[in-house]
Amino acid sequence: MAGMAGMASAGVALVLQRVPVVPASTLGERLDVPGGRPPFPVVEPLALLLPRGLRRGSIVAVHGSLALLLALLAAATAQGVWAAVVGVGDLGVLAAAEAGVVVQRLALVPRPGLDPASVAAALLDGVGLVALAGTDRMPPGVRRSLAARARQRGSVLLPLGRWPGAEVELDCRVEAWYGAEAGYGRLRAREVVVRAAGRGAAARPRTARLLLPGPDGVVAQALPDLTPGIRAAG
Amino acid sequence: MVPTRVVVVWCPELVVLADDPDRDAQGFEPVVAAVESLVPGVEVVCPGLVAVPARGPTRYFGDESRVAERIVEVVAARTGVQCQVGIADGLFAATLAAQRGLRVPPGDSVGFLAGLGIAELHQPAVTGADRAALVDLLHRLGLRILGAFAALPVDDVASRFGLDGVRAHRLARGLDERLPLRRPPPADLTVTRRFDPPLERVDAAVFASREAAGHLHTALASRGLACVRLGISACTEAGEELHRVWRYTESLTESAIADRVRWQLDGWLTSRGSRPSAGITLLRLIPEETIGGQALQRGLWGESGKDDERADRALVRVQGMLGHQAVLMGVLGGGRDPTDRVRLVPWGDGLTPVRDVHFPWPGRLPAPSPSRVPTHPLPAEVFDDAGRALGVNGRGRLTGVPYRIAAEENLPPRVLSWAGPWPLVERWWGPGGGRCCARLQAVLGAEPVEPSTEPLAVLLAYETGHWRVEGVYE
Repeated sequence: MAGMAGMASAGVALVLQRVPVVPASTLGERLDVPGGRPPFPVVEPLALLLPRGLRRGSIVAVHGSLALLLALLAAATAQGVWAAVVGVGDLGVLAAAEAGVVVQRLALVPRPGLDPASVAAALLDGVGLVALAGTDRMPPGVRRSLAARARQRGSVLLPLGRWPGAEVELDCRVEAWYGAEAGYGRLRAREVVVRAAGRGAAARPRTARLLLPGPDGVVAQALPDLTPGIRAAG
Repeated sequence: MVPTRVVVVWCPELVVLADDPDRDAQGFEPVVAAVESLVPGVEVVCPGLVAVPARGPTRYFGDESRVAERIVEVVAARTGVQCQVGIADGLFAATLAAQRGLRVPPGDSVGFLAGLGIAELHQPAVTGADRAALVDLLHRLGLRILGAFAALPVDDVASRFGLDGVRAHRLARGLDERLPLRRPPPADLTVTRRFDPPLERVDAAVFASREAAGHLHTALASRGLACVRLGISACTEAGEELHRVWRYTESLTESAIADRVRWQLDGWLTSRGSRPSAGITLLRLIPEETIGGQALQRGLWGESGKDDERADRALVRVQGMLGHQAVLMGVLGGGRDPTDRVRLVPWGDGLTPVRDVHFPWPGRLPAPSPSRVPTHPLPAEVFDDAGRALGVNGRGRLTGVPYRIAAEENLPPRVLSWAGPWPLVERWWGPGGGRCCARLQAVLGAEPVEPSTEPLAVLLAYETGHWRVEGVYE
């Protein structure tokens, strides 16, 4: 830097001095601050639960619904972010595509072997969104190191199960399935209530009534006047 | 030499083209391929001239002149081009022999060259050096034939004419100016490294792999090749061998090759189950499939961003830990079932769908699709309220009203509502009878029915008298 300033004109040297120097070691922490990289987006109906999207470096636990996970991945993968699902042996890729996930950027590790945490840690290095099943039996030390890895790399870890200390925990409760009636119609939509609770900025619980999946596979907001229409369409 | 403009005046219909080695090489490539199809180890000297080691083909065909005949035949048959073949000791003598269509017997090359004019030293296309000035000087010094030049002592040539003079002198004496560089088939690009003492630690292996990777990359790049499938083979002192094939969609840079080696060795040396019992003594990099390097040009913008590169590294790293088949990508294709419409391929393999997604595929289930699709069939049974097992009859109708299901998977037993069945008859005209099944969607709940339990929807399929769970809408 000194050599550059010496060779350049005085004006340039001044500008160089004004730029704050960020040591590489603190870059990881800087991702946490709101002024760091923008969070990963979520689709419109989920913005009711996650108004700021998926913050980089955070942990968002997902319970009770794979469709909810797929809906969370949709907007980010559409914007070029990569996603990986570890430990789900039978994920419906077609449902993912219908939910809006760009499957060309969705990697599956169905059988992560004896040490899923190290697989997830390797993925957090380069994949923006990493969903991990089977976290319930994980020892606290492993959880902490995974959380640290996600924070350091600016990726989001999405455990499919309980995760003490998660920034947001999303709980999905199925209310009703619409469309199928004693041999007529077909499955069209599922009404769920998703509850988001967490700590920090997400401490105040939010709930949303959603169609997950909606009539075309995409998550939609469950509007009171829409639901009877779907029911009648069956 | 007559200037071109004078020639054009003499011969107005003459078309004069500028010198273009690329065009020449392109046009010459079929000839090289034709020669290569007959004899191995073809070296392209310049567009218009290939060199082939004569000993092997001679032994195979029995006689040098038979080899020459065969080459002329094959080239003429495949490309419609007439070629001349010359056989002599060394590239330079062979080139001059080929220009004359001569076969110089083994050992006679020095005598053959000795009688040729000194101007033959100036062969810029073959030797890559402009020797016009040297030839002119030698001519003025009274050395009119190559034999006279060759008779001079090497030391005197070196002190008077310098390095280029020495090279020209070697040619005149029937020696090679430099050792010929063959154009080998890709199998010969294998880079092998032996380690003594054996490598026990990953970091030592990484260091060694980097050097080997650089070597392979330079070798590939110099041929304008890019490796799309690389075999990495490592052997230990105890004779264990780990061979893994890595495939790429992107061009393999030097660090990318080194990374693959590192990941493979890393995964092997640190694995719990199959850890080798001794250090690594041998490392081999085998380019199993190469393509022209220019075919791997990356897009200028869009798909190949920095995120993609990071993701690729992470996914390949996981492949190094768990194996190539461990990281899968879903490829959407045509079909009628959630299982048919998705093909899972290992990361790095081609992502082309097997069946065309744009065909109408009548009878396929509309969205939403099940979020869980079992990879192996889960047997199930469907009963009516009297406990009789239900099926689908030949007319595609249920044989009763579904009331309860039983499945190996832990599913709620009570059928709350259902839709279907939708029969599906595929390829009934083909051999083997094709496929005939019926799909049924069911919403399941707990038994006895409680309003507080969450309903779960499943997709069932009935085929050859058995139900199976084809998907779960979770």
